[in-house]
Amino acid sequence: MIREVDVSELVPIIRQMCVTVNRHLPADVCKKLEAGRASEDFETAATVLDDIIANYKLASEREVPICQDTGLACVFLDIGQDVHLRGDIEAAVNEGVRQGYAEGYLRKSVVGDPLRRVNTGDNTPAMIYYRLVPGDKIKISLATKGFGSENMSQLKMLRPADGVEGVKNFVLKVVQEAGPNPCPPIILGIGIGGNFDRAAELAKRSLLRETGASNPDPYYANLEAEILAEVNALGIGPMGFGGRTTCLAVAIETAPTHIAGLPVAVNIQCHAARHLEEVL
Amino acid sequence: MRKKIQAPLDLAVSKSLRAGDQVLLTGTIYTSRDAGHLRLVNSIAAGEELPLPLEGAVIYYVGPTPPAPGQIIGSAGPTTSYRMDPYAPTLLAHGLRGMIGKGRRSEEVIEAMRKSGAVYFGAIGGAGALLSSCIVKSDLIAYEDLGAEALRRLEVVDMPLLVVIDSLGNNLYETGPAAYLASQDTDN
Repeated sequence: MIREVDVSELVPIIRQMCVTVNRHLPADVCKKLEAGRASEDFETAATVLDDIIANYKLASEREVPICQDTGLACVFLDIGQDVHLRGDIEAAVNEGVRQGYAEGYLRKSVVGDPLRRVNTGDNTPAMIYYRLVPGDKIKISLATKGFGSENMSQLKMLRPADGVEGVKNFVLKVVQEAGPNPCPPIILGIGIGGNFDRAAELAKRSLLRETGASNPDPYYANLEAEILAEVNALGIGPMGFGGRTTCLAVAIETAPTHIAGLPVAVNIQCHAARHLEEVL
Repeated sequence: MRKKIQAPLDLAVSKSLRAGDQVLLTGTIYTSRDAGHLRLVNSIAAGEELPLPLEGAVIYYVGPTPPAPGQIIGSAGPTTSYRMDPYAPTLLAHGLRGMIGKGRRSEEVIEAMRKSGAVYFGAIGGAGALLSSCIVKSDLIAYEDLGAEALRRLEVVDMPLLVVIDSLGNNLYETGPAAYLASQDTDN
């Protein structure tokens, strides 16, 4: 059975998601921030985390954006292969983003050309990631990604001989180079394997995972825990002023790769980790 | 204890501040970021009059969200400062005395701060809603076409900031983590 869906049905959903995600920090992230605060005995770090927690509560209460960088709208569509879409899907997604960013008084942070840099005025186009999946539903995941943390992300094509130690060293190097810039406490999305671009997409998609949830493969769950501990031993702390809470969670996603390669991408996410999911 | 300070900044005040000091800033400050800085520096190079008085000025690296009806300004937390590093030494040489942002600065900026006695403050990144509640007035004074990046004059009251880099070059991004790690050694 083919399910007919008019793409206009996506518009109000995406509009509302843009507004909601920028005002209400997801509960999984709130929990991690509060656990970080409870574990923090370094005074500056405790003060900074208190302010970060007060900020997300205030934003939610007053219905205002958590952060002024309301991000580039990253829209992930998992489209059931039994869905037939009527209309222009890309135009519908962008219309939802346009309406959400206008009605939510969100910042318009997109330039239409990377070098000539004229603001498009409505925060479109969105970054859209399509995937075909079994079934007749459409899963919409939205992450509004600020660029303070995006700018500190890196990708490296390691040698197979570099192995797991090479991966860990690269991640630690990326975090140290980023230091205070990406608004720690951060969340690390790590993509390992695939090819040059797949590694980056895996890293980005891993940030959609519930914050703190482990990779289902115990080998990678263990690696996530090791990297988290090593990053938090660096002492960078909230906003880079020193402390225990540098990183709230590490999420690794992997893919098969070539015999000659070991691609690794590290996508850094700030503490205002705004992500949301809806199913149509 | 948070020290209360006033903007524009007196040279004696900016020179007295030390990395790690917690301050509450009250007074007039200006907003500018990437595109606005480019215009300011181009105006200086062309010998044009600037849209803000730079002597003693404090610039806040921020691109706020648009205000909802009834709001003075939208969310207004700091953006990452290193993107303004190519321009900051020129502004510091022309009287700029305080910068508010987040993240590391270049050696060139720190050297220019030493020369002019300026100070770099950190505000909490991502705390846009909280910081916006310290802003009591906002006027657009130039570069309206830049949208969120337009030049605004803000009146702030008791804006909570940390001195990150002082006029002697002391840097909280180095001393803070080092102090934390040292405190952990003592514990063990």
